[in-house]
Amino acid sequence: MASVFEYAPAPESRSIADIAPSYGLFIDGEFTEAADGKVFKTVSPSTEEVLSEVAQAGEADVDRAVKAARKAFDTWSALPGSERAKYLFRIARIIQERSRELAVLETLDNGKPIRETRDADLPLVAAHFFYYAGWADKLDHAGFGADPRPLGVAGQVIPWNFPLLMLAWKIAPALATGNTVVLKPAETTPLSALFFADICRQAGLPKGVVNILPGYGDAGASLVAHPDVNKVAFTGSTAVGKQIARTVAGTRKKLTLELGGKGANIVFDDAPIDQAVEGIVNGIFFNQGQVCCAGSRLLVQESIQEELLESLKRRLSTLRLGDPMDKNTDIGAINSEEQLSRITTLVERGEAEGAERWSPACELPESGYWFAPTLFTNVTQAHTIARDEIFGPVLSVLTFRTPDEAVAKANNTPYGLSAGIWTEKGSRILAVANKLRAGVIWSNTFNKFDPTSPFGGYKESGFGREGGRHGLEAYLDV
Amino acid sequence: MSDTRLSVFKTYKLYVGGKFPRSESGRVYEVTDKKGNWLANVPLSSRKDARDAVVAARKAFGGWSGATAYNRGQVLYRVAEMLEGRKEQFVREVAESEGLSKAKAAAVVDAAIDRWVWYAGWTDKIAQVVGGGNPVAGPFFNLSSPEPTGVVVVLAPQESSFLGLVSVIAPVIATGNTAVVVASERAPLPALSLGEVLATSDLPGGVVNVLSGRTAEIATPLAAHQDVNAIDLAGAGTDDGLAKELEIAAADNLKRVLRPQPVDEVDWAATPGTDRMTAFLETKTVWHPTGALGASGSSY
Amino acid sequence: MPTNAPSAAHALTDVTASDRTLRRFLHGLPGVDAVGLEARAASLGTRSIKTTAKAYAIDLAISMVDLTTLEGADTPGKVRALGAKAVRPDPTDRTAPPTAAVCVYPDMVPVAKEAVAGSTVKVASVATAFPAGRAPLSVKLADVREAVAAGADEIDMVIDRGAFLAGDYGKVHEEITAVKEACGTAARLKVIFETGELSTYDNIRRASWLGMLAGADFIKTSTGKVAVNATPANTLLMLEAVRDFRAQTGVQVGVKPAGGIRTSKDAIKFLVLVNETAGEDWLDNHWFRFGASSLLNDLLMQRQKLATGRYSGPDYVTVD
Repeated sequence: MASVFEYAPAPESRSIADIAPSYGLFIDGEFTEAADGKVFKTVSPSTEEVLSEVAQAGEADVDRAVKAARKAFDTWSALPGSERAKYLFRIARIIQERSRELAVLETLDNGKPIRETRDADLPLVAAHFFYYAGWADKLDHAGFGADPRPLGVAGQVIPWNFPLLMLAWKIAPALATGNTVVLKPAETTPLSALFFADICRQAGLPKGVVNILPGYGDAGASLVAHPDVNKVAFTGSTAVGKQIARTVAGTRKKLTLELGGKGANIVFDDAPIDQAVEGIVNGIFFNQGQVCCAGSRLLVQESIQEELLESLKRRLSTLRLGDPMDKNTDIGAINSEEQLSRITTLVERGEAEGAERWSPACELPESGYWFAPTLFTNVTQAHTIARDEIFGPVLSVLTFRTPDEAVAKANNTPYGLSAGIWTEKGSRILAVANKLRAGVIWSNTFNKFDPTSPFGGYKESGFGREGGRHGLEAYLDV
Repeated sequence: MSDTRLSVFKTYKLYVGGKFPRSESGRVYEVTDKKGNWLANVPLSSRKDARDAVVAARKAFGGWSGATAYNRGQVLYRVAEMLEGRKEQFVREVAESEGLSKAKAAAVVDAAIDRWVWYAGWTDKIAQVVGGGNPVAGPFFNLSSPEPTGVVVVLAPQESSFLGLVSVIAPVIATGNTAVVVASERAPLPALSLGEVLATSDLPGGVVNVLSGRTAEIATPLAAHQDVNAIDLAGAGTDDGLAKELEIAAADNLKRVLRPQPVDEVDWAATPGTDRMTAFLETKTVWHPTGALGASGSSY
Repeated sequence: MPTNAPSAAHALTDVTASDRTLRRFLHGLPGVDAVGLEARAASLGTRSIKTTAKAYAIDLAISMVDLTTLEGADTPGKVRALGAKAVRPDPTDRTAPPTAAVCVYPDMVPVAKEAVAGSTVKVASVATAFPAGRAPLSVKLADVREAVAAGADEIDMVIDRGAFLAGDYGKVHEEITAVKEACGTAARLKVIFETGELSTYDNIRRASWLGMLAGADFIKTSTGKVAVNATPANTLLMLEAVRDFRAQTGVQVGVKPAGGIRTSKDAIKFLVLVNETAGEDWLDNHWFRFGASSLLNDLLMQRQKLATGRYSGPDYVTVD
């Protein structure tokens, strides 16, 4: 697409992130090989280039890490809150200092645009540690009674879509409340967690307080099932979340789950249209749509469907897909081959079921995992693409006639994580927000996050909240 | 005179959707006092009774959760008033069911009525205690509010047939949920009588539904029911195997599970915290932009 | 390239039939969410324009400048210097394009006209009792006619913000229509809203449509004489308006942010807004202008930097 004003490549410098050829597990303050010596490769999804070789945790490593966390727990939980706070403040500051490096690293390992890691992920990561640092010595005032106690060892399993941010959501409140941590990053994005291990060392965090175990699902399952884990926190798919709930059944492990979604973005005929279009785009194309709270279902009032779709298509044509390291890239790579094939399968199902597929003219790079921004019209509630979480840059457009119908359709899903409302009528926002069965409602905005704002789902989107005062509860014996 | 008068027995029935059906199965089982003396035949609920109760609870959810918190408080307080009026009946049933002296049973019933009043006062306060504004770093109004999770299955405690029962039902409905209650298997009479009280209070039909029968038999389909949002396993506390099995079944649609407390830690007489309410509350966070004062900011 | 229609209103004549229909229409336009608008403008502001794209953008920006002097102390000498600079912005580098226009008060039009004679540089004149616009219509029209008669190619009029804020949209519409008529075919009309005084984005959107309905060839943010002038957000909003107006009527209208744009970096951000909002049809000085004075020198310094690889300094550009 040659245009008059063609932006020249503006690549962020790759050399700022110094990736070692291999990494170990981080257990008890040391990088170490896996007990069985296994390793796996982590690749850059935008080029398929191998970035590093990483030790792969197994059951024995999980046991070793849990023991280290257990050993560290007594001392760590006995520290005055004000001291724990200072460790977290140190971590927050070091993250700020190293944020450019971490943004580059995250973009390389995850495939998301540098613009997002730089402007969204990293600022939120640092802010999250700052926020929970301040709680560490104020837990008596958090509304959970006097002197609430930590649970012990937290086993945490995080996804690949926001590797470092999900780590922050898990580790910051756990440490602030006096727990120790064993965290398993996703197998496709282990690097930023390993860099975080280094940050823990720079901050002088006592050994064993944070342990990082790169690995696959089996390591996650071992961690969740480990008898000496007191708390399990998981972010990921609903299917795995259910399996974890079964695993911890009958134990005293406290469980919080942040799972899938099929968020409805509801646009009424009196919406601020240009901002709604931005919200729709942000809602489904932010992070290539690999966001649990994505606005993957657009519910548009039938009377403005044509006008809105026209604006939306025009806007999609301006999205810039390509090298995630280019500062002007809006849409980066899909995180893995596996995810790409899942998206492809669901999109093909959408076509087979009769929905109308549209994408802007868009050239996909030859190597790496890519999927063009895609929009489906003529979608009904019965279509697979209106029900299943696609976790990709694919928007299903449905229509409604009345606010009642909009609410009914929005709630007609086993999920309940997020929803959007676009209207200039205040009373309608409040009425609709009240009726939506979802944990986060964005009205006249979308995909906004803040450490002070509780996040989490209704129904099969999981339970428990992360962020804010509410986020402390998951890590306290209350 | 009274010595010679033959008393009138009560037929104990289920309480479902505001009505008093017999079990659809047509089955009953014998309930005895602590010494083994026959007290009554009560319905032995089936899976279908459980299903009907869920339908009734779901149907009632919209209205009850949508009622104002003040209104729910008024209704709950009305229940306490009705209980007070039928205190003697409950004292007798509790004494017989739990093998307590009249005096001790009376103390338990008093405590249960007071507990009901306590929760009646919570309806319009819990949102302020657990919700509130969040100071996000941007031009957004951001508010978190608690909302009821939906239909809650409550396995009532097996031992504390009335105080325990009230302590698990009241927090569930105070917060706007609707309940399907499985009464204590051995001592269901106070629960079934409570249904009669609720029916004569202003509580809409279906908000509380009471089933009697074998806990394991009724709880199993309820724990697996896809239109149930949460389950309180208090009544499975004496049976670890059952509690675990139910929790596993509950995972199928990710029900919120309130696990039973270890039996030796349970003290129904202690003043409860907010835990039994928050266990069945969701937190909804709503964002909205601010900052539309003017394109040039405000100088006023 | 689409051409100016004498009046854009023909497609929407019903709308302008009465004060009431006009109000209904303007208040029926989609609302603007301020936070969302500003966030979008800020996000486009993070585009990284480098090397060849930057060189293109700088030359384009220079060619879009309405080099402006609107001072009580303006003299023929000052205006002549300005004209010379507009025609050849960088005396050391003939490849630097001329600016689009010089913008002066009406009495300076003859001087300006002579200063740019023989070049592509147009003469724009503010009129209609600039900048307050507080004069009888007859005076405003006389102001316009004089300027046009003196050879102005473009008229930058101010709307009656008082009438607009009082809800008297019919009056504003009539004035613009009358001024447009006074411009005739000789001059293109730029309508200045003074967005800082309209205050809300909803008002800016309404004013944009009102101006376009009345026949504006350009809609322009501000006079440069109030606290808040052109901003990325209000310009983005006006770009959306011209985009939507063309989609609905087929008539293309230009946009001119004015005041407060001082650096190349800022100017490039505005060009990104144009590129990604209205589209490349507007990337031409027939459809987009910068109302500025000090901007030009910064553009020239950046241009020298790109050409030589060294940072330039104020001694290497002219102060006119």
